[in-house]
Amino acid sequence: MARRYSIFRLVGEALRGHRRWEPAWRDPEPKPSYDVIVVGGGGHGLATAYYLAKNHGLRNVAVLEKGWIGSGNVGRNTTIIRSNYLLPGNIPFYEWSMQLWEGLEQDLNYNSMVSQRGVLNLFHSDSQRDAFVRRGNAMRLHGVDGEFLGRDDVRKLIPMADFDNARFPIRGGLLQRRGGTARHDAVAWGFARAADRLGVDILQNCEVVGIRRERGAVVGVDTTRGFIASRRVGLACAGNTSRVAALAGLRLPIESHVLQAFVSEGLKPLLPCVVTFGAGHFYISQSDKGGLVFGGSIDMYNSYAQRGNLPTVEEVCEEGVALFPCLSRVRVLRSWGGIMDMSMDGSPIIDRTPVDGLYLNAGWCYGGFKATPASGWCFAHLLATDQPYVAATAYRLDRFATGRLIDERGAGAQPNLH
Amino acid sequence: MLIPCPHCGPRTHEEFTYLGDATPRRPDPADPAVETAFFEYAYIRVNPAGPHRELWFHAAGCHAWLVVERDTRTHTITGAAPAGRTESSS
Repeated sequence: MARRYSIFRLVGEALRGHRRWEPAWRDPEPKPSYDVIVVGGGGHGLATAYYLAKNHGLRNVAVLEKGWIGSGNVGRNTTIIRSNYLLPGNIPFYEWSMQLWEGLEQDLNYNSMVSQRGVLNLFHSDSQRDAFVRRGNAMRLHGVDGEFLGRDDVRKLIPMADFDNARFPIRGGLLQRRGGTARHDAVAWGFARAADRLGVDILQNCEVVGIRRERGAVVGVDTTRGFIASRRVGLACAGNTSRVAALAGLRLPIESHVLQAFVSEGLKPLLPCVVTFGAGHFYISQSDKGGLVFGGSIDMYNSYAQRGNLPTVEEVCEEGVALFPCLSRVRVLRSWGGIMDMSMDGSPIIDRTPVDGLYLNAGWCYGGFKATPASGWCFAHLLATDQPYVAATAYRLDRFATGRLIDERGAGAQPNLH
Repeated sequence: MLIPCPHCGPRTHEEFTYLGDATPRRPDPADPAVETAFFEYAYIRVNPAGPHRELWFHAAGCHAWLVVERDTRTHTITGAAPAGRTESSS
């Protein structure tokens, strides 16, 4: 088992020439059966396994990953964490996630580089100001921090922005100081190592190709590494949820879409916080290495290809330069795409399914990274107790039939608009 | 992606607006199971990884609704035809 990381350990290993570090997690062979199987070795699946072991004492748990852990969306996002939501079903959940982020590194004994540098949402018109004031008030009523900034306050934070843009002058912003960024890969690795230390088996290159059922209840999964028995199976494979759930005969209110993200060459410190452009869909922050990490909307069409098309690249870069003209000659180093579970109301699903023993964690649209700790916490609670955790009771699968939708955007059943 | 519009020829997909899967059919309101039928029509999608028939509107062109066949794994477009009455009612 991997030993704890500490400054004393680091010094001790350094004196021995760094030759005795062990792998951060084991690479075990699959056992014939487990108490719980989590399908999907991304952030949410690994967090689920960790909290199953830590909060519920379930240590005979496996995480099944078709590739290598963290190869999906947990390594493809723009690393932003925040809890500036509006609707009652969402605020308690995302705030719970924010609180878990605040103690995550100590809990996991892993440096996930959680940085509460603030998230600033800019507004550009009177009506947008009113909407942001409403959002800020909703946050404060739920005990979440939110600050209204006027134009001059915003100018102190980001003086290089184009405040007098003829079409989209910056009028002010809504600032959540507790928001910020986290090192996305290190979140996956931290949860993986912490779960492994508690006895969870992380099985990589182990794709689920069938979900076996007897009398309507799950009895195990067929994988590329053989059959593995379990009477409780949780799906945490956003992006491919529809495909995996179809193995159990389920049809879901989800479409898969591609979202692109970008990173620039390294620059000296420029942006003190995460900034979002209110006149389009654009968000940007600066990594600790100095690269600008930014993104915009999804490409708008169904896709399972982990790459997008050039018009979206152009649009995102245009928005960036409209907001910060000083970026016009900065070079983009890389862009990449991830596959999003776009749900029909823009909110996630953490619920039982009509198949006994099969549980669903899905529909994260492109807001799943910030939810990672709470998603794992709530899904673990559901898997262990068969009851939803209090902060996630609104994320029901049947809400699309009953009308209890959680539609932050107000876009209706058109997933590419959320 | 270039969409081979039957009226305008191959055009970049930027000229089009995407609606989504072209296969759901608007249910008959007189259907006894109308609630379930409309729920599935509005919310449930097969979401295939592979060939997908989907509706695109040529907003910056001929203003026709097209049914485009495209592979969601590769973005390869294999055909586009004017949407018929059944698709355009969706």
